[in-house]
Amino acid sequence: MEPLPILTIPDERLKQVSEPVTGFDDELRAFVEQLEFTRRRGPAAVGIAAPQVGRFQRICIVDCSNTRKPVPNHGNLVLINPEITHWEGYEVGREGCLSVPDYTGNVIRATQIRLKAFDPYGEEHEYEMEGFEARAVQHEIDHLDGILFIDRVVSRRTDLFKRKVYR
Amino acid sequence: MNHWYMLTLTGADRPGIVARVTQALFEQGMNLGEASMLRLGGNFTIMMMVSGEQEANAVEAALRPVAGELGLSLHVDPMDGGLHRHVVPNLMVRVSGADRAGIVARVTGVLAENGFNILDLESDVAGTSERPVYLMQIAGIATRPLEDLETALAPLREEGIEVNLSPVETLVG
Repeated sequence: MEPLPILTIPDERLKQVSEPVTGFDDELRAFVEQLEFTRRRGPAAVGIAAPQVGRFQRICIVDCSNTRKPVPNHGNLVLINPEITHWEGYEVGREGCLSVPDYTGNVIRATQIRLKAFDPYGEEHEYEMEGFEARAVQHEIDHLDGILFIDRVVSRRTDLFKRKVYR
Repeated sequence: MNHWYMLTLTGADRPGIVARVTQALFEQGMNLGEASMLRLGGNFTIMMMVSGEQEANAVEAALRPVAGELGLSLHVDPMDGGLHRHVVPNLMVRVSGADRAGIVARVTGVLAENGFNILDLESDVAGTSERPVYLMQIAGIATRPLEDLETALAPLREEGIEVNLSPVETLVG
């Protein structure tokens, strides 16, 4: 198998909103396999979304089971038509992206989320997640909506530590 | 031949500094690289990488009139280096405490002894003039385990300096 080519900025297609998946067939599952292969080949990506490889459907993969320091996670998740149904808390964390080479920045994300998504066989699942994994899901769902983390980077002077103290 | 320069400009803050300075550079056909620009104590400060064919004195001559008009001090330093040399931090150090001489030296001294490389440091004095509070956030690269740094910083905590270490796991997705 060959990894799929990854779109990088300033490719306008990254701003496209992806369409929901309607057919849960072998073709979809074969694509998911290729997408997963591409994620693993990238430089240590915990997630990847279909539009990053030029397929504008609401498909993404998140896998936080192999971070430098272990974090709570649900293993390898294929999320199809994912929908966040609940957000809670917020924190700043550092993000990078396969589609934005040589750049990382701080982004505010919800710390806890509840999520509904279909698997590649069309079965619906619900997840509750927190921290790094919740961040990864939010990053990937943004791709499905044509949003990149660079659209959300906060100023280097924006620090929640300060706000907490002087709110 | 293309050269990189580090420009330093500082002076009383007012609207239009960035626009005027970068317009002058654009008119010289120069390109901008990485930059840090921020207001410190009512002054606006610019540290900016620029590149172009010009020699340093030509860059300086081109900026001198704008700097003069805006009341900015100006330095142009030829620099080694270039773009795409980012390194990603793996540790954040947050410091706060009653403002007093030596906090920065103490904390960064311990970090340096332990091989910590500072990539980005921001510090501020908050609170009031009667009760100033010193705050600092440092992002950098630790080459030793977090526990070692914790142990090394413990004596500072006993002196009332609050130091928090948190690992930075950069999410790539």
